[in-house]
Amino acid sequence: MSRLTRISMLVLLVCSPIAIGGAQELSGDDIRSLDGQVQEIKSDVLNIASELSNLEERLLYPSNTQIAVFVSVAESEKFRLDSVQIEINGELATHHIYSFQELEALQKGGVQRIYTGNIVTGDHELRVTMLGKLENGKDFNASDSFGFAKGVKPKALGITLAGPEFGASGIQVGDW
Amino acid sequence: MSRAPLSLIGLLLFGCLATSPSQSDELKDLYFGEALYYAHQGHFFEALERLDTEVKQHDELDEPALDTLYYHIDDAEFSLGDFELRYRMHHRAGRAIKAVLEGAVDEIVRNDAAYRLARIHFQKNQMADAMRALERIDGKVPDSIRDDIEFLRANIYLAEGRPAESIDVLRKLQDSDSFGGFAAYNLGIAYLQDGQRQAALEQLERAGQIATDEPAELAIRDKSNLVLGTILLEDGEYGKSIPYLNRVRLDGPFSNQALLSSGWASMSTDSFERAVVPWNILADREATDRATQEAMLALPYAYGKLNVHGRAAIFYGRALDSFSTEVDKLNASIESIREGRFLEALIREEIRKNKDWVIRLRSLPETPETYYLMELLASHDFQTGLQNYLDLADLRRKLLAWETSFDSFDEMVDIRHAHYDPLLPDIDTLFRELDSRIRLRIEQHKMLVKRRDHMLTTPRPEFLATPEEQAILGRIEHIETQLQGSESAFAVSSLQRLRRLKGMLTWTLETKYHERLTEFDRNLRGLDHAMAVVQEQYDQYVRARQAATHSYVGYQKPIKRLRAQVRNSVTKIELLMVRQGHLLEVVAVEELIARRSRLENYGDKARFALADSYDRATQAQANMDEQ
Repeated sequence: MSRLTRISMLVLLVCSPIAIGGAQELSGDDIRSLDGQVQEIKSDVLNIASELSNLEERLLYPSNTQIAVFVSVAESEKFRLDSVQIEINGELATHHIYSFQELEALQKGGVQRIYTGNIVTGDHELRVTMLGKLENGKDFNASDSFGFAKGVKPKALGITLAGPEFGASGIQVGDW
Repeated sequence: MSRAPLSLIGLLLFGCLATSPSQSDELKDLYFGEALYYAHQGHFFEALERLDTEVKQHDELDEPALDTLYYHIDDAEFSLGDFELRYRMHHRAGRAIKAVLEGAVDEIVRNDAAYRLARIHFQKNQMADAMRALERIDGKVPDSIRDDIEFLRANIYLAEGRPAESIDVLRKLQDSDSFGGFAAYNLGIAYLQDGQRQAALEQLERAGQIATDEPAELAIRDKSNLVLGTILLEDGEYGKSIPYLNRVRLDGPFSNQALLSSGWASMSTDSFERAVVPWNILADREATDRATQEAMLALPYAYGKLNVHGRAAIFYGRALDSFSTEVDKLNASIESIREGRFLEALIREEIRKNKDWVIRLRSLPETPETYYLMELLASHDFQTGLQNYLDLADLRRKLLAWETSFDSFDEMVDIRHAHYDPLLPDIDTLFRELDSRIRLRIEQHKMLVKRRDHMLTTPRPEFLATPEEQAILGRIEHIETQLQGSESAFAVSSLQRLRRLKGMLTWTLETKYHERLTEFDRNLRGLDHAMAVVQEQYDQYVRARQAATHSYVGYQKPIKRLRAQVRNSVTKIELLMVRQGHLLEVVAVEELIARRSRLENYGDKARFALADSYDRATQAQANMDEQ
């Protein structure tokens, strides 16, 4: 094996600037042409998804009975949220166990739509229960009830969760 | 051993260039927050679907300032572009960002958009367009992307073969918190491209000694040392190259290459004992790696130089076995790919659930279709093609799931239709009756209210007379009319009595007027409440009636259209998957054939060297026996 050839190949292999991957010429034209078509179909499917969501919402959750419950985590909160349970008027609406990815998304400012359903207009009660772990490894759980009124428009409730130092229960509910 | 492919470095840097999804200080729009929730998990399809719908709805509003998205609209439009970019929809991303750029927006927002557009062009290898987009940046620049812009500018110069300009930019980035390590390495490469060898070596030495705990920066530090060591090796400065090659971490992505080069550097200085150390480590590593395969051949070569021919023969034999096994594996891989199992393995659900799926591919079970997967992934085009294939598979899965929901929707509409259709005509008849009565009462109520309001300014006591008083008054007026004109004593006396009676009645009406008006007003207010209840019930009924109709009318056409669109898209996707999959298979098979032929060549060399080593070992043994 020629040492010089080997070393030259090695230099070519390693001496490239770090940048966003520049395309190598490996069936590149075919791949790029297909890439364009893939982008088009993605766009088509996104439009279908949007229309379908709209149709689904109209069909399953009409605005006069629609209620959506969202969950977010208070800013700078480091506690590990394990699960959340939502009850409406004493009946279990939903229960969610969080994966690491979901928790990270909440901690970065994402808001989870945890429940969408239907209720009649009037006064109702929402009960929120959360289970989690504090930074020191100690388990904690909290539960709180909130009253809210459902009118003729879709109702959106935003639940903000935090550790015990946040408030009495660490659970706050806002009307949106 | 944990080992990332070379291409990982490119990905790491991409991660640095792509800004995080925007996050406003105080979130005012839950639906924007929901899109961010998906984006932060890498679910860009879902994020795009929600945000796109939300932004479109916002744009259609008559008074967008009253909408909660109004506070985030700039962020939301940027995020759309960002999500599209991350979902590899460069065309749409470019359009979204151009729209922001051309709108009447703040200087900071415009400059941010220009940077993002430049990034898209750069990723698409359109360097002139990327530079033009950067040239649009003028005035105030957001602090968070100041270094990103300059780093991108330097990379464009490098890609355009203008290292001198790149050097000027990169020098200023040496103290950057986010790009320090990358800029240090790229500056070294820029010097090299510019023909400034000494400056390049000094710069790479600096880049190779940065203090960091960040995995990405550790990798770039390794790469700096590897490049520096390789340059010195190429220039015949073997002894000098070894310390740099030895600085490369043994568990980093460049360690195999560094171990191999370190061995060759030692061989070149005739330090055969030193050469066997890195090669011994390397020869035990992943047998599919090129550097490992080369080390398997180089190690016995070094033992041969040390006159340890017996051991050389053993290692040549081991290499021969390994090459033979690898050639068998390659044959099995090629066969398996040709039978379509490669693509099946890639779209396994459990792999795609993890956001680091590219890394997880490494842990796929050892099957012929995946032996050489990571090596194939080193190619950018293969990665692009593979990602597209996986995206297509995801879309197909989604569409097929949606297809099944159309049947449920149809059934739901039919059930509602069957329930409401017979009920509604009777309800409508009853409602029409009730409606006319309610309307009458509403009119009467309005009239009373009007009368009360009028009496507040113009007192009309007779309006508040009791029915009895009204009857008496009517009777008096009737008798008065009958006695009118009569001059009899009875008539005169009766008229006097009637006047007294009327006077008494008028007295009562006048003196009790305020009391009665108050009573009337109180009663009317009670009626207001009852009327409000009636109106509320009436409105509720109208809404419920509309909801009943809306629950099953007007769905057939959209469901039918969507069903057709979904079917059509599934067909298109399946065709695209076949084409994309075929392309991937061809690329993979070509690459594996090339590898096989290299290994066969190595095998031939090992076979000859093995025979030679046996001869030499036998000769050496004979010489020893003679002595």
